[in-house]
Amino acid sequence: MTTHNPRHIISLLMENESGALSRVAGLFSARGYNIESLTVAATEDPTLSRMTIVTSGSEAVIEQIIKQLNKLIDVVKVLDLNDGKFIERELMLVKVKATTAFREEMKRMCDIFRGRIIDVADGSFTIELTGSGYKLDAFIESLDKTAILETVRTGASGIGRGDRILKV
Amino acid sequence: MEQGSKKITGAEILTRCLHEEKVEFVFGYPGGAVLHIYDAIFHQDKFKHILVRHEQAALHAADAYARSTGKVGVALVTSGPGATNAVTGIATAYMDSIPMVIISGQVPTYAIGEDAFQECDTVGITRPCVKHNFLVKDVKDIAATMKKAFYVAASGRPGPVLVDIPKDITAHLCQFDYPESVNLRSYSPVTKGHLGQIKKALKLLAEAKRPMVYSGGGVVLGEASAHLIKLIQSLNIPITSTLMGLGGFPASDQKFLGMLGMHGTYEANMAMQECDVLLAVGARFDDRVIGNTAHFLSNPRTIIHIDIDPSSISKRVKIDVPIVGDVKSVLADMNELIASEKPAQNTSALAAWFKQIEAWRSKKCLSFTQSTEFIKPQYVIQKLHEVTKGEAFVTSDVGQHQMWAAQYYKFNEPRRWINSGGLGTMGVGLPYAMGVQFAHPNAQVACVTGEGSIQMNIQELSTCAQYHLPIKVIMLNNRYLGMVRQWQEFFYENRYSESYMDSLPDFVKLAEAYGHVGMQITKPGDVEGALKEAFDMKSRFVFLDFITDQKENVFPMIPGGKGLSEMILANDIGAEDL
Repeated sequence: MTTHNPRHIISLLMENESGALSRVAGLFSARGYNIESLTVAATEDPTLSRMTIVTSGSEAVIEQIIKQLNKLIDVVKVLDLNDGKFIERELMLVKVKATTAFREEMKRMCDIFRGRIIDVADGSFTIELTGSGYKLDAFIESLDKTAILETVRTGASGIGRGDRILKV
Repeated sequence: MEQGSKKITGAEILTRCLHEEKVEFVFGYPGGAVLHIYDAIFHQDKFKHILVRHEQAALHAADAYARSTGKVGVALVTSGPGATNAVTGIATAYMDSIPMVIISGQVPTYAIGEDAFQECDTVGITRPCVKHNFLVKDVKDIAATMKKAFYVAASGRPGPVLVDIPKDITAHLCQFDYPESVNLRSYSPVTKGHLGQIKKALKLLAEAKRPMVYSGGGVVLGEASAHLIKLIQSLNIPITSTLMGLGGFPASDQKFLGMLGMHGTYEANMAMQECDVLLAVGARFDDRVIGNTAHFLSNPRTIIHIDIDPSSISKRVKIDVPIVGDVKSVLADMNELIASEKPAQNTSALAAWFKQIEAWRSKKCLSFTQSTEFIKPQYVIQKLHEVTKGEAFVTSDVGQHQMWAAQYYKFNEPRRWINSGGLGTMGVGLPYAMGVQFAHPNAQVACVTGEGSIQMNIQELSTCAQYHLPIKVIMLNNRYLGMVRQWQEFFYENRYSESYMDSLPDFVKLAEAYGHVGMQITKPGDVEGALKEAFDMKSRFVFLDFITDQKENVFPMIPGGKGLSEMILANDIGAEDL
């Protein structure tokens, strides 16, 4: 993370219609904007999808991203979560080697990061971990690389704190 | 409204939607996936279908109909290649914010995704070059979708909207019920500008020592010409225009400095660079207009920007006073404020500013040396202006001839100058002239083109014959892709790589083969007479092949990457002062 191109989490609500995701993805690729992660799912109102995009760019680039997203006809509302206080969570599943010699160590690391072991096999654990992207990175960093068999991350979801509500 | 409980086919619903939208012309080309629609067209006579010879031309013609009238242009193409042929036309309209509705046929819903005959992902292919697009999956949705399409195309910053309709949907039966209005929770363009910002802008303009207005295509699209004229006259400030904005302010007015940008006038570019307060109206600071951005910004000035599209503001240049809103409404508010508040202006500074501008103007950057041997292309445009009394609709293709037309045909009214500014699409000229002539059957329509561009849609000579369009093609034939040749001369040491147009047809015979009148003009002395003769043939399509000076270049010119004040002028104009 540099001061020039800070990471931004952008939340948006859009019409839950086919092709909506590709309009957003297409916009980012056509205009050369970064996407670190993008998650999308329908909201409690099935006609709306909520998307969280993690991107980075200068202030001017982020301003353009917000404007260009707003310009898409299907986009109902856009919010740059970084404009205020917000909470960010990401889910990761990690499959790690857990042979007899490593089993205790893995359990301990998992506890330290408040993860949960959700599958146990002869030689491996599958650990579920949630937190900010940085926390998930830190967990990966703290593991012996050779112990990691597989990882899968959902990408970040974000929500404003307190009264900051993104709703139609 | 003729609506009721009777069930009709999707195809009939579609034509009824077009009736509801008061569509006069549909430019199109039939094919398998749109056969039901064409059958419905056969059974109606409220709009006229214009059969082109290539889908690209249908798009351009509908686009020019929109550009010259302000109404939504409508095109109809079949699936697969019909749609892909239309893409260039859609992208051309998109770049210049032209309101259009494009209806494309699609393979039946049950065949989508099976690589069916003439199937392509039209919605996917066109997504980056439309304002919005729809795939209709149910006959019940046709009417509401068409209503939305016309609304989205024409409102806010206009643009093309595509509606893709699978063939089976056009055969299904449904009641026709056209919605009275549209309400999209995700789309509500701002029209009214922020009054506080408008006041601030006016104060800056009034107090400026070197104020300048730079107007763009938004003034034409937003029907704001009268308001702009009023503003300029009451504040007495100089104005320049982009290629797309020509005609938005009368070129004959002393305060008009001509077009700015890469081939803009010396006075316009210098004033743009040296001004202290700049008002941009419906323009977007694109690369061909301000040249090198860092160079442009090296001279500090306060910039006010009026635009209906928030994303146009501070996109390439940081704006000090942004005003999001409909150009016409904002300018009207500004004029009202001027009338009520009568802001005091710095008249002595303004007089000095105009004096400086006149000094720049005295360079006569558009002068050229007349020849008795070769026809100078600039001279043809000057004579075209004289012969048509400046009242013609002028379409152009893309290249040197386009720039000469923009520089030498002095447009005094909006919607008279029809060209592809943003995408720069060669081949638009002839289909553009068709669209304009359909919209204005009694007007003089001139298509200024080159021997390169015209061949990109030459097949439309046939359409012009079918519909008896009395267009006058003004072809500046220098046997080169002139603009490419010019760049190769300046920046590639005269290596004219693939820019010579060999094996040209005999254009006179070609025109005659289609039943038109063809004329070739080789001597400067014959230019005026030929133009008069052509325009006197009021009911005939005349193809004028002007054999012009091969070596002529477009000046002034800002080389790529250079700044506004770093223009190259024609050799015989005091370049030493630069």
